[in-house]
Amino acid sequence: MNRKSLTRKIITAPYTLWMSIFVLVPIGLVVYYALTDADGHFTLRNLTAIADYGKTFAISLELALISTVICLLLAFPVAYTISRMQAHKQSTMVMLVMLPMWMNFLIRTYAWMTILEGNGLINRFVRMLGGEGFNMINTNGAVVLGMVYNFLPYMILPIYTVLTKIEKSTIEAAQDLGANRIHVFRRILLPMSVPGIISGITMVFVPAVSTFVISKLLGGGKTFLIGDIIENFFLGNTGTVDYNIGAALSLVLMILILVSMAIMNHFDKDESAGGIM
Amino acid sequence: MKKIVSCVLILCMAVSVLCLSACGSGSKVTLNVYNWGEYIDESVLSDFESQTGIHVNYTTYASNEEMYAKVSSGAASYDVVIPSDYMISKMIEEDLLAELDFANIPNYAYIGEDYKGLAYDPDNQYTVPYTWGTTVIIYNKTMVDPADVADESVDLLWNEKYAGNILMFDNPRDAFGLALKKLGYSMNSLTPAEWEAAAQELKAQKPLVQAYVMDQIFDKMSSGEAAIAPYYAGDALIMQADNPDIGYYIPKEGANFFVDCMCVLKNSQHKTEAEQFINFMCETEVAAKTAEYIGYATPHMEARALLDPEIVGNPLVYPDSAVLASTEVFLNLSKDINKLQSDLWTDIKKD
Repeated sequence: MNRKSLTRKIITAPYTLWMSIFVLVPIGLVVYYALTDADGHFTLRNLTAIADYGKTFAISLELALISTVICLLLAFPVAYTISRMQAHKQSTMVMLVMLPMWMNFLIRTYAWMTILEGNGLINRFVRMLGGEGFNMINTNGAVVLGMVYNFLPYMILPIYTVLTKIEKSTIEAAQDLGANRIHVFRRILLPMSVPGIISGITMVFVPAVSTFVISKLLGGGKTFLIGDIIENFFLGNTGTVDYNIGAALSLVLMILILVSMAIMNHFDKDESAGGIM
Repeated sequence: MKKIVSCVLILCMAVSVLCLSACGSGSKVTLNVYNWGEYIDESVLSDFESQTGIHVNYTTYASNEEMYAKVSSGAASYDVVIPSDYMISKMIEEDLLAELDFANIPNYAYIGEDYKGLAYDPDNQYTVPYTWGTTVIIYNKTMVDPADVADESVDLLWNEKYAGNILMFDNPRDAFGLALKKLGYSMNSLTPAEWEAAAQELKAQKPLVQAYVMDQIFDKMSSGEAAIAPYYAGDALIMQADNPDIGYYIPKEGANFFVDCMCVLKNSQHKTEAEQFINFMCETEVAAKTAEYIGYATPHMEARALLDPEIVGNPLVYPDSAVLASTEVFLNLSKDINKLQSDLWTDIKKD
């Protein structure tokens, strides 16, 4: 027993070291900057100044939430279909899901710019067919599309993983006992895949709520998200570098994310308990 | 036991870091040059390396502010940077730039007198001019009515006829510069009320703006995605080469006259080599090659003779002194005005 825990400690040592240097220390710095002023004195001014950005927070949360819901709705059927395929087909399909991620994130987002523009691929095609063309780029819709496109694989993969663990016999047993498709989905598949859905939601929502590149490229700099403001404060794009307010905004964003994760985990426990019953 | 393991690990890390840095530099000096994106013909860097044996580590930034944030945080050490006028005065004020030893930069003699002794470095101690130019208003001739550009006014950017086809600077200094000029104020205004008024103009313009962009402007103007955009004269020339329908003018209300200069940072470990690099960049052929590649006007008088006479004779790229008299160089803004500008800009963007 003692030996085992020692081995475990040795194995995890590099990870612990890595995490403390690159996660704990930075978080400590964010908290420090958020609670001090330029001279290093304690202040709550940065946190109260955030009230000015309420609207931006609201838009960021709204767009991230919409993207997460769309991702979930798209990902579940895909993940389910893949999980019911033959083993060798499954690995091909999973590879296809991951394929776009082999290309750089920025390039993929730039490509969407060319597709959505007023003289972009879609509009040229529509006009060729005699249509009017649409205004797609530089809208909130384009930003949501960019988020869904970029983060969808992070929703599919965890859901797929939990679905593959559900034995076919479980579903068959349910059907034998008279459950129809809707019942199977509601009483078996959904409750049993909650852990995957939760991690999928986290992995999509967190990067979506804090992105600043997608809004800049696909929103034309007109959809201003909380990530854009934080970037501006750290890089000084607006003329003033202010680590303190930037850190305060990051801190509030982190707290928001933590709270929403806590709520979801609570939900997770309830659901899985229900699932067992 | 755990402690021993961590110690061993830290030791391994330290050794490998030492190893890497030793292998990286060796006996050779590595010069860290930090420049704007697309702002050099990179072949001159390898020429410099083979001539001097000094290795150049070349990295780029997208704005003066980004460069300043990196340099002032001390997170990375650079030797040569190429900031613009107002950023130079800010960096001199904050004691970030080193005084140059011009004995190491004999080619400085080729730089035209018009570009020396300017407000940001009145005694020519810190800077060697690299490029200069003005902001211009760029438009697509097939999309804009000639009558609307006849008066060469900055008002074109506020013309409702072109709603949704106007691009705007995604940086406050240039954007406010245009709005201040539209109202007839100085780009370096010291009056908060004038900045507030300019912010109102920019807010009024927002519904007409297709997108706030910087480098994406090349794509969007060349492909005809947008009709009107303000940008820098040298870049307009490049867009015109891609798309002959592009026209541009220096607005009559006055434009920004900018000079980007090569500077050495105070904490540079290789000041002599940095000066050697600056001197190399001022060699006539190198300066001509640079100017040809980036399209901006060169302050190097000898290099102009090697350039296409059509470009040197182009009054929009090399405007005469009468036009230059109407332009303004950005000065470093006071802390209060800077803060105000930053707040107003965030306010415009987030609404």
